[in-house]
Amino acid sequence: MPELTLKHDPYNLIITGVGGQGNVMTSRAVGNMLSLLGFHVTIGETFGASQRGGSVMSHVRISKDSSWSPQIPSGHAHMVVSMEPSETIRVLKDFGNRDVKVITNTRPFYPVGVISGQISYPSDDDIRTWISELTSKAWFLNATEKAVAIGDPILGNVIMAGALAGTGELPLDREVFHTIMASRFSGDILQKNLDAYAFGVESVLSRKI
Amino acid sequence: MSPLSSGKKGSRHLFMGNEAIARGALEAGVRVVAGYPGTPASEIIENLAKIAKEGSRKLYVEWSVNEKVALEVASAASFAGLPTMAVMKQPGLNVAADYLLHLSGSGVRGPMVLVSADDPGALSSVNEGETRYYAKLMEIPLLEPGDFQEAKDMTTWAFKLSDTIKNVVLLRTVTRLSHASGTVVLGEIPENGSNAFFKHDGFILDPNEGAILSPPVEYKHTEQQRKLKIAEALFEDSPFNTYTGPEKPELLIITSSICSLYSKEAVSILGVRDRVGILKLGTTWPLPPKRLLKHLSSCDHIFIVEEVLPFLEDEVKILAAEHGKTLGAKFFYGKKEGYLPMVGEMNPDKVAAALSRILAMPQPGMDDVYKKRATEISFAGSPHREATFCPGCPHRASFWTLNTALSMDNRNGFVCGDIGCYSMAVLPAGFSTLKTLHAMGSGTGVASGFGKLGGFGMSQPVLSVCGDSTFFHSAIPPLVNAIHHHSNMTLVVLDNSGTAMTGFQPHPGLEKDAMGNVAEKIDIPEVCRALGAEVRVCDPFDVSESRQVLLDLMDRDGVKVLVLKQSCALSPEKKSLKKYTMSVDQSLCAGENCGCNRLCTRIFACPGLIWDKENNRSRIDEVVCAGCGVCSSICPKGAIMKKEAV
Repeated sequence: MPELTLKHDPYNLIITGVGGQGNVMTSRAVGNMLSLLGFHVTIGETFGASQRGGSVMSHVRISKDSSWSPQIPSGHAHMVVSMEPSETIRVLKDFGNRDVKVITNTRPFYPVGVISGQISYPSDDDIRTWISELTSKAWFLNATEKAVAIGDPILGNVIMAGALAGTGELPLDREVFHTIMASRFSGDILQKNLDAYAFGVESVLSRKI
Repeated sequence: MSPLSSGKKGSRHLFMGNEAIARGALEAGVRVVAGYPGTPASEIIENLAKIAKEGSRKLYVEWSVNEKVALEVASAASFAGLPTMAVMKQPGLNVAADYLLHLSGSGVRGPMVLVSADDPGALSSVNEGETRYYAKLMEIPLLEPGDFQEAKDMTTWAFKLSDTIKNVVLLRTVTRLSHASGTVVLGEIPENGSNAFFKHDGFILDPNEGAILSPPVEYKHTEQQRKLKIAEALFEDSPFNTYTGPEKPELLIITSSICSLYSKEAVSILGVRDRVGILKLGTTWPLPPKRLLKHLSSCDHIFIVEEVLPFLEDEVKILAAEHGKTLGAKFFYGKKEGYLPMVGEMNPDKVAAALSRILAMPQPGMDDVYKKRATEISFAGSPHREATFCPGCPHRASFWTLNTALSMDNRNGFVCGDIGCYSMAVLPAGFSTLKTLHAMGSGTGVASGFGKLGGFGMSQPVLSVCGDSTFFHSAIPPLVNAIHHHSNMTLVVLDNSGTAMTGFQPHPGLEKDAMGNVAEKIDIPEVCRALGAEVRVCDPFDVSESRQVLLDLMDRDGVKVLVLKQSCALSPEKKSLKKYTMSVDQSLCAGENCGCNRLCTRIFACPGLIWDKENNRSRIDEVVCAGCGVCSSICPKGAIMKKEAV
């Protein structure tokens, strides 16, 4: 195996979204892949009441030699992977910087205040403009739509993990993903996960997004 | 099988802090584990219960009725010579404290570890209680893991220490360690050990074969303090106390627990590795004096990094004062000097800010221009997400009933709150119905007291709520108290068939135990009736019946119990099953012209209801709606329709 390197050490990855979207699953899958490759991975999660429709965030720290704080210092994110567009902006406010990169799902998950007509939700155009302004590189993809087409909206997480691999920011290997998924799933479910991952990788590599 | 039980010695795994603690206990050969669910400690027992269920090793795991009983159950195994562990969140340690005082006085036989999880910053609590002071108060050793590997290794070693000193060892974890994950290299899990046998026929003071008790107190107390001295001596050379930094640092950071990682991060951000040393302590009570004095003599400026109260700070200052003659004057930078707050959790930013102030360096942080712009964008770009009950949550219906019944009763009645998801009813999510909120079971105790204030002219109806698990945990004694004293109150039990908030752990009201075995079910209404309360049971989804029953009960003297029984919307057996298909008849909904002030979307505010601004009507979100049917009974125009789902 060639010597694996990191662009930064620790590399600071934030995976965000809304409670119930499967954040913990994604951060664990990505963390497990990097851990299998020999990296020290530290993941900080939000749990408890915040799960009930609130904003959730996983801080993933990847290092060659040691554990780091489960909370990333403000302004120190290298990459934000977001399952929900307005949550991307919330994370950038605290952890963003001029060099940060973002992959965001474009499908909104409306807060109760928006549903009840108390507050309004930003337009897709505004979100794209703002995220682009606050980042050095941003990828937008409708992972939820594709996931539903593959068979389950929860696969949106797998698409996002694939997209992260596609950016080449982290040494996320398709074979390692396969190994991890095959240890948990088989048959049709395994195939759907592999399809979702491949779609994520291709979406970034083909630069269609 | 999970790597937690099958992982081979030397293999590397990404483990949650709580999983690491569970594995550490397995590597120590633990046989009996008992606890009560509570964030952030629950996953320790959940994982061990799964392993017990696998049946590959002799292991008994239970969710006890409360933390005091958990400690008692676990200690019995120790008395019979087995390695044992009790697990709880910090407020549970308060519950168990009475027994712990006597247990630490009597000492133990088989190795016994007590794990207590603190929640600095109250991320999932209504307090930020401290475990560390209990170690000092109870005169037992305290260990605090600083990372994931230590969470495992230290747990295993805690059993060894307990076996050496024959007393309970306290292991403190925190949310950011318990619920974070990191790399852990595994050790060996031993083969099954000896059988259980309680030796009790020996001479009464014989620690190995006599009776186990805390008197004669002066003798046993002296023994206890001798044991603590042995621990102190072992701590002097403990590999869990580490120093990183120059031989003669300009500034010495003394820290423990997860704060050691924040300290490392702060030193790294400021780039002061060659100027600042970090003494990370894993053995924090009693502190190893020689080890500390060695470091204190290397540096005159001491920065103490810890969460919430200044426990370490006080102890280090006392030690420095005791050795002031040889050490000379020291400059301390801690909470009492205002460098770090005495409330809330720490993070790398807070530590880095304090460190830059001490070293007179520019404060690190985000680029001002970027921060300003990102904040501007976030005002419109990231609308606030309020915490709320799930769609189809029985608590929303129950609090609607309580709130509207109290309004209709019109005597300014109120509800004393308790601990669970339903604590959120202090917020608009539960129509701000709860007016007191403290410890487990306290709602009913407080209501028992309020219910005796009639003699002082108080005529407000008094209600309390508690969940089904909380009922067994600590609401029964206050209920007995209220009945015995002819208090006037109504207890509303919000029975959603499980310890829902922490992940559906079983409790005595259910037919299965932690390991999935059939258990004796204890019926809440029957218990209340046997105690002498007037008891009614309703389905909270039937709002009009529940409300009428509650109004009737509130009108009568004495202790009344209303059990509102309906499973949690997230319970595994219920998830994604819709009872009703809901719709809003667009011709009946009058929108803003109704005069109801948009009762359904603005006040009731279930996420399954959408306000369609353009059409000036309410709608149902078919994807989100759980089909409980409750909203159909709140619309004054009868515009929300329910139809049995097929």
